[in-house]
Amino acid sequence: MSNGRDFTSNLGRIYGTYTGGFIGFVILLAVLEQVGVPDRIIGYLFVFFTIGVYALIGILSRTMQVSEYYVAGRKVPALYNGMATAADWMSAASFIAMAGGLYAQGYSYLSFVLGWTGGYVLVAVLIAPYLRKFGAYTVPDFLGSRYGGNFARSIGILILFCCSFSYILGQITGTGIIASRFLGIDFNIAVFVGLVGILVCSMLGGMRAVTWTQVAQYIVLIIAYLVPVVILSAQQTGVPLPQLMYGSVLQEIQNLEATKPALEGAKAFMQTPQNGTEAANFFALILCLMIGTASLPHVLMRFFTTPSVREARRSVGWALLFIFLLYFTAPAYATFAKFEVYENILGAELGTLAAIQELPRWVFIYGNIDLVKICGANAVDAQAVLSACQAKGVTMLDHANFSIASDTVVIATPEIAGLPYVIAGLVAAGGLAAALSTADGLLLAIANALSHDVYYRMIDPKASTARRLVVARILLIVVAVLAAAVATTRPGGILALVAWAFSLAAAGLFPALVMGVWWKRTTKEGAIAGMIAGFGVTLFYLIMTRYGGMELWFGIANISAGIFGIPVAFLVTWIVSLMTPAPSKEMQDFVDAMRIPSGATLMEEKA
Amino acid sequence: MAKQLTPEEAERHWARSKGLMWTTLSVWFVFSFVIHFFVDALNEIVIIGFPLGWYMAAQGSLIVFVILCFWFAGAQNRIDEDFGVAED
Repeated sequence: MSNGRDFTSNLGRIYGTYTGGFIGFVILLAVLEQVGVPDRIIGYLFVFFTIGVYALIGILSRTMQVSEYYVAGRKVPALYNGMATAADWMSAASFIAMAGGLYAQGYSYLSFVLGWTGGYVLVAVLIAPYLRKFGAYTVPDFLGSRYGGNFARSIGILILFCCSFSYILGQITGTGIIASRFLGIDFNIAVFVGLVGILVCSMLGGMRAVTWTQVAQYIVLIIAYLVPVVILSAQQTGVPLPQLMYGSVLQEIQNLEATKPALEGAKAFMQTPQNGTEAANFFALILCLMIGTASLPHVLMRFFTTPSVREARRSVGWALLFIFLLYFTAPAYATFAKFEVYENILGAELGTLAAIQELPRWVFIYGNIDLVKICGANAVDAQAVLSACQAKGVTMLDHANFSIASDTVVIATPEIAGLPYVIAGLVAAGGLAAALSTADGLLLAIANALSHDVYYRMIDPKASTARRLVVARILLIVVAVLAAAVATTRPGGILALVAWAFSLAAAGLFPALVMGVWWKRTTKEGAIAGMIAGFGVTLFYLIMTRYGGMELWFGIANISAGIFGIPVAFLVTWIVSLMTPAPSKEMQDFVDAMRIPSGATLMEEKA
Repeated sequence: MAKQLTPEEAERHWARSKGLMWTTLSVWFVFSFVIHFFVDALNEIVIIGFPLGWYMAAQGSLIVFVILCFWFAGAQNRIDEDFGVAED
């Protein structure tokens, strides 16, 4: 990778070989399993081999150039930037939790599927090409230049930090959970193993290393996500196209819901919003997630790395296509799992040990690790189920007495389909790739804001290149260790925090970014007031409804807090801008130049 | 070398870009929100097992978003080429 041009012109061959190598590796492990190598060894090989490959890419991509470190030298082709963005975007939550959420909540959870994809239209149309033309290294960099000075930059950094840090805690926790569940390592040690995996990918080569690692991680995660459900679909329907075949399974679920006594009173899988409040929440969440997507700095900064504005636009399309491949498969996972539970588990006799032992084996496998509960107790074995149900006087398993943790759906599919352990190991490697790649991107977003915006722009603008890169790396390690240390305390409600990041980013950053490009009259004072007001209102609603006992406004759940903050931010920016003198002629020319793709970037950086 | 636009040309370039922006966002709005208002009515229609309302939220809108992003990239590029401000 020392010769950059050779590398970028051979990308297809390199990643083609890599993909073939990975498939070969999976087949090799499958053979090893058949000749009797224990499951645990297979799991270790999977995790350490994949992390080793990512580390190798990270080391080969080391760099001492500022523009390579911050924006991968701006030579990542659209297609590969799309893959890297998809990996950057899809976290442990997308990989593991989304199918589980769909399983549990059915139609209403599709707001996540819609929100996390449609946001990319906003990225492509409103923001990414213009920030690429502007030539920023970070999102606060744009705010600082467009809104004249360090005050706007500092607010941008603060919002970025609030959104990204909670998000990275979620990823590190996810890494720890996956590693501890599959490898049997202690959670706290697993967190630091994950941390090493994250650091070797990002520290030496910054954005350049993260980019090429994320492409490799995308390939692993998408293969790992598709394989189990494709096989399951082939088994159950005869056609290996789960995304098309699950329609017939939806019909069977509806039939079971209508006829099976054990399902009486259960919420229908496809139940649509039943009243105004439910509908308002459904649409408010879609809007907040979409606008949040278009404001999260770790996503936006991926589009700074393309060779041109045109490529930046195209690359949003590729990113969305690669994300789509996973997101349109998630409902298939949920549907197949739902059918398995409705068909083969609910309605089971619980009166005798022998009857309980007839339950599918995976119920007990996951009952053992606290993920499946029957009659309110972990389904450790038939005896435990029998005692719990006898205590409650339950003789037939109905929907109210069966619960499955939402992480389990994707993880358990290999066992539901009766596949060998190697497929479960593959899923673990995929989940790990999803968590690590997102953590890499977030870590870089935070550390770059600190090293580029705080240190270089605000503290020491005369710092030499070498010094800037040293500072960047030190800050990267500091942030990473801090995040891992906080994650090992397992702070409660991490999932809530991650969900909050979308509303906070949406209300805090989106209006300032969009109006900065699309309305020349936006003034420094207007943008600053808007950011503070939008972020403030959202934060107030989040904290007061969760901890302050405040009533919900119009029944809107606090995950969609941005629905109040976003309009406030737009309105305040607009009014304050009109009350203050118009931006200078230079600033207006600057905005004009940003709107035209050709010509040099506006913030040319000396190498 | 980049072509310098006269202020009038720059104005027209931006007007067309804005028009494209509104077109694209209208399609986005319809498939993000409007169509899902009618989920119950759409669910009456069933295609290869999929109630249409469910299908639109789980796949249909997503496919539209992907196509829309690529279409937008092409259309904006044609505008830039018409004004001679596309990159080489």
